[in-house]
Amino acid sequence: MTNDTARAPATDAPASIESEPAARRLILGGAWTTARIAAAVRALDGAAAGMSGRVRLDGGAIAQMDTAGAWLLLGLEHRLRERGCEVELAGLAEDHAALVRYVGTRTADAAPPPAPTIMPPVARLGLFATGGTIKAISLLSFLGETVITLAKAVLDPRRLRFGAMAAIVQRAGVEALPIVMLLSFLLGVVIAYQGGVQLKSYGANIFVVELVSITMARELAPMMTAIIVAGRTGSAFTAEIGTMKATEEIDALRTIGLPPIDVLVLPRLIGLVIALPLLSLVGDAAGIFGGMIMAWAMLDVSVNDFLHRIPTALSATSFMIGIGKAPVFALLIAIVGCFEGFSVRGGAEAVGRHTTVSVVHSIFLVIVADAVFSIVFSWLGI
Amino acid sequence: MARAGNAIEIRGLVTRFGPKVIHENLDLDVRRGEVLAIVGGSGSGKSTLLRTMIMLNPYAAGRIRLLGAELGELDAAESERLRERIGVTFQQGALFSALTVQENVALPLREHTDFPAEVIAGLAFLKVLLAGLPPEAAARYPRELSGGMLKRAGVARALALDPELLFLDEPTAGLDPVSASAFDELVLHLKDSLGLTVVMITHDLDTLWRVTDRVAFLAEKRVLRIGSMAELAADDHPEIEAYFSGPRGRVAQQWNRK
Repeated sequence: MTNDTARAPATDAPASIESEPAARRLILGGAWTTARIAAAVRALDGAAAGMSGRVRLDGGAIAQMDTAGAWLLLGLEHRLRERGCEVELAGLAEDHAALVRYVGTRTADAAPPPAPTIMPPVARLGLFATGGTIKAISLLSFLGETVITLAKAVLDPRRLRFGAMAAIVQRAGVEALPIVMLLSFLLGVVIAYQGGVQLKSYGANIFVVELVSITMARELAPMMTAIIVAGRTGSAFTAEIGTMKATEEIDALRTIGLPPIDVLVLPRLIGLVIALPLLSLVGDAAGIFGGMIMAWAMLDVSVNDFLHRIPTALSATSFMIGIGKAPVFALLIAIVGCFEGFSVRGGAEAVGRHTTVSVVHSIFLVIVADAVFSIVFSWLGI
Repeated sequence: MARAGNAIEIRGLVTRFGPKVIHENLDLDVRRGEVLAIVGGSGSGKSTLLRTMIMLNPYAAGRIRLLGAELGELDAAESERLRERIGVTFQQGALFSALTVQENVALPLREHTDFPAEVIAGLAFLKVLLAGLPPEAAARYPRELSGGMLKRAGVARALALDPELLFLDEPTAGLDPVSASAFDELVLHLKDSLGLTVVMITHDLDTLWRVTDRVAFLAEKRVLRIGSMAELAADDHPEIEAYFSGPRGRVAQQWNRK
């Protein structure tokens, strides 16, 4: 109960250190508590500075004390001793003295651990390089493991989880329709507008059909859709699997004889491979529709003319190339998303980090793959 | 703001989740400087009561006085200040995984004080030691700690601002007997040396016998009985009897009653 009286509101004045160098005395007073010691912390060095010889610390006027205050008092004592002073602590209330003793015994000869050393730049560069290689290799091995599991599943279709697959098609495909349609539509509008202004000056308005339909169907719609899906679904894959990993759910799956790749990766992979080409198709249509609206509004190309010209403008090859890229993009997104999920070690923070990496890497790989396709097709002359 | 002898006073508390009533007309007093345990069967509303006391859960009716402040009448700034005077540890530790133990403990200090960095580091290290952790644990990340050390690190963070009131949610659950009994020691130490008031939820019968001053038994949506462990163990209410006089309860009683 002594604490109650000690903590009475009337004694709430901030902690103070009054220095009397002539009398070799420091008078301590006020509330030595976390909330009230800020001024005393700043006064500490100044108070110790003028002292020498035998110093008396007078703690009789200390009204309240908590562990932070006791620690500070010990700090003051320590500083004086470092200056060669002999310190006598006097007048402390019994419970305060007990607290100082308690904190003193707890902190005695416990050195704080050394601050973490900062890695030299060369070592960091090396780690970055080897880390990248190791990651690329483990990504490939994950891909290999998935392909083997997939082959087994194809031979034994009971292992395929059609329910889970349908759920992925719903979540990654159907629910992404509005955003994919809107963005592709706007892209079609922009292309028709920017290109149309140039075409108009040559009087070649009708070629806007070629411009919009080939650009959208062969390049932009599949890539745009893949980027949206990487941000929307690839990140979700990583976060879901990563959280399951952090909460040991993956280990639980293994122990009840369910291989995680079967249960978690295959449905996501197959579901996305089904959903992404369909989304791309919708993206094609929405983009061309956007271009058609612009052509009608700005370039005097009627809807009828536009629609009639599409079959001659857009070859089946171009269209199929566009749609054909989508499953490859889907594979990249699903593999990277799942792989990053399985790479999670630790807790919430690791899940966040891997989710970011997953989105960045899958978008990167989609664009690289698209460039590779372009080069290969131009070699082949299609 | 009068200083009563009670750290917490709850009168006529009602809490609900939708139509489901958790507490009805619940009264509870926690005296300053005591260790009070809240016990009761699963679903008796222990955790809800704890969360209500630490201002994480709204309540439908009744009043709660925490360290002399009426919870229902506080504005945002006042409840922030009140939160600085209480410390809470969570069942799973709830340490921030991106920070080391030392940084976890330093976080409240950094937010609520304007001490220089080395003072904050010193104070945080002090709390790590007060919680009974070895010095080298300060630089580790939570994932590198054992269960018992995690609980202690949680206590260190709860002690960061030198609270008057400490809430512990199942502090010894999932610990091996050695760590659990060391944790009991720690709670007794903190109570005796720092004059803390401790409110804990626990199922650990050994902890109940060794550490607590009083035990509140929750049932029938209220505090059914409150009293020392010896009083509760002798109670003949069927539910309390079933709780304390099962085979485990009898063993704990034999060992802890000298």
